Amino acid sequence: MSNDTMTTPAVKSQNTKAKIIGEHILEIVSDSGEGAQKCGQSFASISAKMGNGVWTVEIIPAEIQPPARTREGASGIRVRVGSKKITNMGNEADLLVAFNEQVPYSRIVQNAYREGTVMLLESKWATHSSEEVKEKYASAVEDFKRQGIDVREIPMEVECLKLVKNPRKGKNMWVLGMLSHVYQRDLSRAEEQVRYVFKKKKDEVIEANLGLLRAGYQWASDHLDLIYEIPVLPTEEKLVVMNGNEAIGMGVLAAGIEVVSMYPITPATSASHYLADVLDRAGGVVHQAEDEIAAIGFAIGASYAGKTAITITSGPGIALKTEFIGLAAMAEVPLVIVDVQRGGPSTGLPTKVEQGDLLAVLYGQPGDSPKVVLAASTIEECFQFIVLARKLAETFRIPVFVLTDANLATGQQPFPRPKAEKDWFSPPIDQSPWKEGVKPFDWNMETGLSRRPIPGQAGGIYTLTGLAHDENGIVSYNPDNNQKTSELRSKKLATIKKTLNPPVIHGEESGDLLIVSWGSTLGAIEEAVDQAIALDAKVSTLHLRFLSPMEPGLKEIFKRFKKVLAIEINYSDDAKAPYVDEENRRYSQLAWILRAQTLVDIDSFSNVKGQPLQPKIILAKIKEELNIK
Amino acid sequence: MFGLKLDMACEIPDKYYSLEDYEKAEPRWCPGCGDHSVLTNIQKLCREKQLDPAKTVFVSGIGCSSRFPHYMKTYGFHGLHGRAFPVASGIKFRRPDLDVFVITGDGDCCSIGAGAWVHAIRYNINMTVMLFNNEIYGLTKNQTSPTSRVGTKSNTSPRGSILPPINPLQTTLGVANVSFVAQTVDWNPAHLYATLNAAHEHKGFSFVHIVQRCPVFQPDLVDEFTSGKDAFHLIKNENGIVLDEKAEKTFKNSVEHDHTDINAARHLAEHENGKFYLGLLYQNKEAQCYDDYGAHNLGFTAEQKMSVLNEELDKRAI
Repeated sequence: MSNDTMTTPAVKSQNTKAKIIGEHILEIVSDSGEGAQKCGQSFASISAKMGNGVWTVEIIPAEIQPPARTREGASGIRVRVGSKKITNMGNEADLLVAFNEQVPYSRIVQNAYREGTVMLLESKWATHSSEEVKEKYASAVEDFKRQGIDVREIPMEVECLKLVKNPRKGKNMWVLGMLSHVYQRDLSRAEEQVRYVFKKKKDEVIEANLGLLRAGYQWASDHLDLIYEIPVLPTEEKLVVMNGNEAIGMGVLAAGIEVVSMYPITPATSASHYLADVLDRAGGVVHQAEDEIAAIGFAIGASYAGKTAITITSGPGIALKTEFIGLAAMAEVPLVIVDVQRGGPSTGLPTKVEQGDLLAVLYGQPGDSPKVVLAASTIEECFQFIVLARKLAETFRIPVFVLTDANLATGQQPFPRPKAEKDWFSPPIDQSPWKEGVKPFDWNMETGLSRRPIPGQAGGIYTLTGLAHDENGIVSYNPDNNQKTSELRSKKLATIKKTLNPPVIHGEESGDLLIVSWGSTLGAIEEAVDQAIALDAKVSTLHLRFLSPMEPGLKEIFKRFKKVLAIEINYSDDAKAPYVDEENRRYSQLAWILRAQTLVDIDSFSNVKGQPLQPKIILAKIKEELNIK
Repeated sequence: MFGLKLDMACEIPDKYYSLEDYEKAEPRWCPGCGDHSVLTNIQKLCREKQLDPAKTVFVSGIGCSSRFPHYMKTYGFHGLHGRAFPVASGIKFRRPDLDVFVITGDGDCCSIGAGAWVHAIRYNINMTVMLFNNEIYGLTKNQTSPTSRVGTKSNTSPRGSILPPINPLQTTLGVANVSFVAQTVDWNPAHLYATLNAAHEHKGFSFVHIVQRCPVFQPDLVDEFTSGKDAFHLIKNENGIVLDEKAEKTFKNSVEHDHTDINAARHLAEHENGKFYLGLLYQNKEAQCYDDYGAHNLGFTAEQKMSVLNEELDKRAI
């Protein structure tokens, strides 16, 4: 078949020179099931293995098979790749691969593209048998051009048909080949990646996909004048690359956890998929419970019996687990709970990012229910915080939350290979014989800490109860006892706080504006702040990892700045909205806590659009706050 | 030579557990409540089997009967309303060395905990389960239970309840992988003990339905039970729960029943014509035990765990 089947031939020049760039953002969008994500993840892995910095964000529709060629059904991935470490998804994409002309619209409403963005668009719709499809295609192409998008029509399916009967399966690998040439990826690494992706498939499937990969690569070489080179900075450091949910799974391995008790919920489930595959070999078991409540109950039972246990869920699951979380706090059962946050309230935005569970996690239980809350801000921290959480849970006999979100869950980023320490895998508690006479709640009156006996330890026999109880675990309605034991449970947080260092400020130690944040917004905020600092703005940022207890010294830090602004992805009232005034304004969640803890008049800036914050939005806010034009 | 080896002859247990070794606080149940009788028989069972109190765990939910663990000098877990099963399952999952008992009531099991109950039957984890069914909420003071008979007057159905009750035996026998279902009454100690003993002997989820009276809120039931002696039929099978002659004589009626026949068991569970069949309704010794899977990879060393982590990290190395 010759090039004359193409509606608009992609420009080709034999002498195309590689354009050297520091970084690029590319997106691949398709109908659900066409494999855009697999293509993008593979591209990211190849790039990371070549030594580039990488960050990925998945674009996931809520349905498994939404109608084809619809704007809301768009499924895909964004890959930001650069010479240096990449910490967030960035602003508008530089290059887009679209499998049809409708799916880009779902991203246009999110301001994902700019003038000059290159669109590599499947051209088969131009010659489709349906007049309606043809018309829609032609008008969309016109529309894209009007918006300044550099549209290149690509005969993806036509080319794939030369090799396979059903191009719907495999077109993504042809695209991977094309992108591998555009970005000068190592073809041998790309082939290695294809073999890895299809490792569970038959040889002929692998060969077919390798063929498509090579054909896409060759086609781009013959027909496309786009070649980018993203230089690699040499590094001695050993790196690993994975997404946030896999990092949680590896954290579970690293923490020596034996029982993972879960119920399927988006976007947390893939952590358990990974563990279901691997934990068996590491001396643990994944239990898929009948519901969210049973999942945590099972984990608490296992922990009570001396087995390290974790439950992994998302916001709606946290709501259901509330009563058991209170029991774990009251009866002092160590437990790690992971909340991969999604948009709420209720079922909300199941596949989209939000940081909306902070207050629910902190204050969701009736009565006072002290617990530790950690928030991971990078993929690496998804790993490290599981190990840390397990230690804190055991040492302080307390439930420990690790908050991540939908952005971290599916985002891939390389990070230094963790060096496993033997201590991470030690058994949960000292299982030497229980000393006769030592009580099951032998509280240290200053710290609130106590050792716990587990079944099997003679002398430690007690009945755990969620009722108020004394140091013997005996039910007690004594007024002074309830006051005292409430204090003891609370004191554990004050004790932990004494072990923490003040958080490190990114930027100057004082100035006009301090941005306070937590979770996955770290990279975007620091990038925006660095850009503002380059414009001479006196702005710094402080990113919190401990949300209960809070890291120390915050009030003192806040006082050194003229203004403190919390930026996060959860709802807050706009201060200028009708009827909103100083007394009734509802702040973003971190701002509420910080205002209460420090009595500093902290402002908040947040939105709930279901996507990660772009650095440019944060930069615009900084400029507005500091009157920078 | 026949007989014990010399060194075996001296192997007397270091510690003989007497009844007192299982007795903790004075129970606070009402006088005349059948819970006392179950507690006594369980303590007797523990002594007869010489269960190590440190390796025995009583798990309960919330309700009158769920206070039970507080009265046992063993490990105990008095948790949340309706949630004894997930907790007990988690405890036993990777601790094959523990003996786990679950105490639940008709509200705890058949109402708020119904979802967990159904799945616990299916998991078939090795534990002895006692459902104390007095057909009323006692601890919260006289509300209708899902097992209350039609017409039961309570604080929540002052004109009499209208919905037909759940039959816990039928429900249990309707769940996949069910492995042991028995029924007994709190006022016949010999039968109660024999039933609990058989349940404890069974490997799997041994479900014992204990028909009870609430002397405070179901006084009418007391009359019905005592005057209705004809209603109770003893299930007889030489491979099932066997009573001694004296105990057998306390029953006017009996029936031969094959407890491996689930359809026959379901028929007996129907309480047709108001008849109660006491004894072993169903047993399947071959049912899959989920805790066998749970405990299939115990005791990994730190080195083994670390080597898997390193392998996994290597797979993602750049």
